[in-house]
Amino acid sequence: MRNFLIRRALYAIPTLLGISIITFAIARLSPGDPIRLFTFGIKDFTQEDYLRLLHVYGLDKPIPLQYVDWISNAVRLNFGESLIYHREAGAMILERLPNTLQLAITALILQLAIGVPLGVIAALKRGSWADGAIRVFGVAGHAVPAFWLGQMLIILFAISLRWLPSQGMLTVGKDQMDLLDRLKHILLPAFVLALVGIANYSRILRTETLDVLGQDFIRTAHAKGLRERVVVYVHALRNSLIPVVTALGGILATLVGGALVIEQVFSWPGIGQFTFQAAIAKDYPIVQAGVMIASTLLVISYLLRDITYAIVDPRIKVS
Amino acid sequence: MATVTATAGKAVAPADARVSRSLWNNAWYKLRRDRLTIGAVVVLLLLALIAILAPVFADNVFHYKFEQQDLFHTYEKPSFNPPAYLLGTDEVGRSQVVRLLFGGQVSLFVGFVAALVNFAVGVPVGLAAGYFRGAFDDFITWFITTLNGIPQLYLLLIVAALWQPGPLTLIIIIGLLNWTGITLYVRGQTISLREREYVTSAHAIGATHARVMFRHILPNVLPLIFVLAAIDVGAIVLLESALSFLGLGILPPTPSWGNMLTNGASYFVRAWWLVVSPGVMIFLTVLCLYLIGDGLRDALDPRLKTHESH
Repeated sequence: MRNFLIRRALYAIPTLLGISIITFAIARLSPGDPIRLFTFGIKDFTQEDYLRLLHVYGLDKPIPLQYVDWISNAVRLNFGESLIYHREAGAMILERLPNTLQLAITALILQLAIGVPLGVIAALKRGSWADGAIRVFGVAGHAVPAFWLGQMLIILFAISLRWLPSQGMLTVGKDQMDLLDRLKHILLPAFVLALVGIANYSRILRTETLDVLGQDFIRTAHAKGLRERVVVYVHALRNSLIPVVTALGGILATLVGGALVIEQVFSWPGIGQFTFQAAIAKDYPIVQAGVMIASTLLVISYLLRDITYAIVDPRIKVS
Repeated sequence: MATVTATAGKAVAPADARVSRSLWNNAWYKLRRDRLTIGAVVVLLLLALIAILAPVFADNVFHYKFEQQDLFHTYEKPSFNPPAYLLGTDEVGRSQVVRLLFGGQVSLFVGFVAALVNFAVGVPVGLAAGYFRGAFDDFITWFITTLNGIPQLYLLLIVAALWQPGPLTLIIIIGLLNWTGITLYVRGQTISLREREYVTSAHAIGATHARVMFRHILPNVLPLIFVLAAIDVGAIVLLESALSFLGLGILPPTPSWGNMLTNGASYFVRAWWLVVSPGVMIFLTVLCLYLIGDGLRDALDPRLKTHESH
């Protein structure tokens, strides 16, 4: 097990290196000169000033050297200064990271808490109207544009019914620790973010529970005279839960990536929304910091998934 | 849903009297009985047909051009009279229904063509990686793990923010960034297929690598590709709408379902119908595509489990 852990962790290194190359390259390859962009309209800006700024930001060195400079700073989470805010880009992203994590983790909990029971119910009541409804939801949940659903829910719950707030994490002026207020703010974005996963888990759990219920050890358990409830919840469910871990990889990717759109819809001050606005403004240090940190988050969650998987199902080892 | 489930499919197989039929005959036999999938195909074809015939409808039924504005009739509620107001009008008095038809052209075109690019890249790469293994396979696997390590929207976002996209750029961007899932599936299948006897015998009679890959292995991967294709087009239609929402998709005045949805959202207090109709169109299209993917999977191989972790 220890060897497996070390080996799996080492696999993450070439991946992160690759991501850093892409992140670095995209900003450098893009058309549009950031220095020209930010000094645009300054009257007494001379060619000499331009060259000096180029030198200050290290943009006059050959590209491979620029990359070495960049990556050796990036590993210390130093992504340079934001071109707009003139603050440390890495620090600005890290400040917003807890907000994104809060949203993603709440969504993950919702997915498991709603999706898993739905799938199990559908399998146990196979062929009933409940099964039919859950299966339709399992496909339909994938087909809804998330931002559209978010806007619809805002119209319904925030504008028409006035039950929930439509924007932000907190009511302005309220106490930071007002948990009820925080809960009200997170409910809609977390649900919209969770939808695809809820649909996904209900599908997986249905197929898997049906599969497990058809296996020999379940018949044996019945034959031993165990009660139905014990067979389902102790013997069957434990096995049908294994794919929940496998699916986690895709789910986490949609959580981290999807959060970008949801944060934008609900003005949630997370890293997605911030990186997006920086990309529009061509504020490269922030974009690079945002992409690197979000990707690292994803690579770490893949790592955690594989480790959990090895613990849950010892038959599987890294391939 | 009346689809054949994995377990039901297994139970039917031994008693099957149609063993001599080919895979495709068999699949067609099952598909014809799958009313939900057939329904989805019919709805999707209808949607595509109205989108293609958009100019004909605009001229003959609605008598309204898609860029035609009417500042005296902005925010008209949906009504049958005149027919152009079937789904209401927007903030500059353009007919929502006519724009929806033209928007469908753009959205479906982007979806299908970008998916085509995905497969043109993903299938050969997956075949070659799975067939040759070795250093090439390692490189491809590393490259895909790397691309998958970046949350998809972040990747699309930086690329799209840097190169101002029209329909063509969008197709290239999505086409070139969205193929990794296909490659992984095709690679996995190829790895297991290359060890089969018929591949060895093809080698024995002197078939070239290219011939073995495309004539012997590819046809066996095709069922999987069809399933993935339906799902991929659906995913791209959704992606286009998300990018349009972020202002990085198709830019107005060219209508697409995505940018109509985004535009409508700014006026939803005055005109809710502007938000509802494009949303419903996207939902319907993607739903049909996913249902078709599901139905094809059940029909072609009830044990194929793909795309569980989308």
